[in-house]
Amino acid sequence: MTDISDRPHLHQMQSAYLDQMRRRRLYGALTLIIFLLLLLPGFHLADSRNAGGFWNGIGHVFDYPAAVLSEAWAKRQELPGHLVKFFPALVETINIAAISTLIGSIGGMLFAFLSVRGLACWPRLVPLFRRLMDIMRAIPEIVVALVLIFVLGGGPVPAMIAITLHTVGALGKLFSEVAENADPKPIEGLASTGAGWSQRMLLGVLPQVAPNFLSYALLRFEINIRASAILGFVGAGGIGYELKNAMSWGQGKFDDAAAIFILLFGTIVLFDQLSSSYRNRLVKGDWQ
Amino acid sequence: MTAATLAMMKDAATTRLARKRMAAYTVVVLIGLYLAYVFFAFDIPGLAQRARMDNAVTLLSDSWSYKTHVTRDHRSGTISYAIEGQRKGAYPEGERPEWVSGNDDAVSVELKNGHSLRLLPGNVTEYHYPGTDPVTIRLMDDELVADVIGPAPDWITLNPRRVGITTEGGRVTITRSKTEIFRYFPGWELFFFTLDSPYHGHGLLDILFGERIDPDRPNITGAWHDFWYNPMWLHAKVAWAIFETMLMAFLGTFGAAIIALPLAFLAAKRFAPLMAVRFGMRRIFDFIRGVDGLIWTVVLSRAFGPGPMTGALAILLTDTGTFGKTFSEALENVDDKQIEGIASTGANPAQRYRFGVLPQVTPVLLSQVLYLFESNTRSATIIGAITGGGIGLLLTQALQTQQDWEEVSYYIVLVVLMVMAMDWFSGWLRARLIGGKSD
Repeated sequence: MTDISDRPHLHQMQSAYLDQMRRRRLYGALTLIIFLLLLLPGFHLADSRNAGGFWNGIGHVFDYPAAVLSEAWAKRQELPGHLVKFFPALVETINIAAISTLIGSIGGMLFAFLSVRGLACWPRLVPLFRRLMDIMRAIPEIVVALVLIFVLGGGPVPAMIAITLHTVGALGKLFSEVAENADPKPIEGLASTGAGWSQRMLLGVLPQVAPNFLSYALLRFEINIRASAILGFVGAGGIGYELKNAMSWGQGKFDDAAAIFILLFGTIVLFDQLSSSYRNRLVKGDWQ
Repeated sequence: MTAATLAMMKDAATTRLARKRMAAYTVVVLIGLYLAYVFFAFDIPGLAQRARMDNAVTLLSDSWSYKTHVTRDHRSGTISYAIEGQRKGAYPEGERPEWVSGNDDAVSVELKNGHSLRLLPGNVTEYHYPGTDPVTIRLMDDELVADVIGPAPDWITLNPRRVGITTEGGRVTITRSKTEIFRYFPGWELFFFTLDSPYHGHGLLDILFGERIDPDRPNITGAWHDFWYNPMWLHAKVAWAIFETMLMAFLGTFGAAIIALPLAFLAAKRFAPLMAVRFGMRRIFDFIRGVDGLIWTVVLSRAFGPGPMTGALAILLTDTGTFGKTFSEALENVDDKQIEGIASTGANPAQRYRFGVLPQVTPVLLSQVLYLFESNTRSATIIGAITGGGIGLLLTQALQTQQDWEEVSYYIVLVVLMVMAMDWFSGWLRARLIGGKSD
């Protein structure tokens, strides 16, 4: 251990460091306090702008689930029939999610390769592709879906296009972060044999990044199932659309709503479990 | 190594390569089959018939242009001028666009590309197509008659009840009750001031530094008031809606983080010795996440009615599940070495948490919270469209009118800017709070 008292330079550094730490801690604490203090008036404001107040509503939170459950229980022998009836709609929702994830991953892969410096086919256009991905990510799916419903009519295609666009943006960003860290040696090796850009990407980069890409795509698939159910609710077909109908019929059709809730819940949990266990295997590497 | 073993190894390698190639082809074929199935399941071939390309054209042209209507009432003979034909865009009494001239005997309307029109007394309309003789349309015995010799040109549709003219200069519709002329202009109409505002037609410099335009009010406050409460674009209402959407995301995300933090300790193996509590907590998180935001939104909007509070609570509830899961995972992954190091200096349990656990988990938790905050701004738009609050509500309302496309595109631009701003803000905050790593 050396004594630092005879080295004023070091001493200065130490106190400056401690000062900086203290300041950073203070800033952190202040930001946290400001955020917490903003929460209360924020909730108050949101409450005042709501149609029904929070304290009026809090007692009725379970009214709707209770009504749905009791009616579904009363007509429980019809439930299997309802489950079968709404199953095609569920398949449509899953199909929308699957196809958007599939096309979105391919698009995202392309965008990722085009927007990583060192890999890009046209290095000058890297910022352009990055901004394009930013915009695709920023537009909420519902906006694209609603505009496309106006042009293409209701159905699964508007939802598919909307989710695909968003997936390209979101996966493109994640993929490009992975591809940035790819080892350049195989790519250089391929280039030395005269391989073209697509060959370098397919044979040099893709094998390195495939497990990570697949894992992100699976995570996106989980998210897209939820998104596709929500888009159905605004008119894009699938189980969300059936849910909206069942809800607007109201009392007497709650057994339908219950069946849809069960299907949706089961699907989300099932695919979450499947994909998370598969992703675990991918990340740990013992998947072959 | 003998030649025999080498040949055997080569064989084995070739078979393995062939098998791998086979697997790759199978995947491609399966994807192709799935695409084909979806192609028919989604009825893509029938899409061409269902698609309304005329809607697409209206949408595209309306989103960046507007039209001014000149309307003559055939009963009273009065002529009115209004932008988009709306009352909010009507020209005040005695005023008219500068491309309209003439007096009561003959009002002439200049259209684009040299086309023009004369509105004559007795409900007579004269259309001048450049390079041809004018076409006169008059209302006789409650029927529309046009003095076209020979076959009518293709830009005019003739019918005793309705005459339509569509040229590159504009559009004219004449019925028995009125004559309507539409002239198109690029841009968003009256974005700053409506026609009844005294500031309409004045430039920014004029308003800031010029003479007082409205004698009753200083220029800046008056202009701001007229802009902010513009009856056509409702800037104040839109700004409020954007704020409401961000409020929903803010309350939902940070409320969820505050609720999830203590619960996550209960679900983490290191901090909750009781297995039953841990198990119960995890199943609760799984349930909340599994029910999904859509169903929570539906259930909560039944109890609380439409508004930002419902949206905030829906985000809060869904994210409590997400945060509970990710926080507890982060807490379980805490590195023991740091805690042991602190303990070796004789630290008590409180100090061990403060200096051993907290510095490890804070960056992880904060970056998760900030990441979800950014993505929740998007969700808040969607939830707003379902529950009725914020910019999502305005967007769905504008879409449902199926004609205010310029407003739709305005809102889309605002939403994109909002999400990008949030993205930037959460990145900036992350760099500030967690710090060190980025700089």
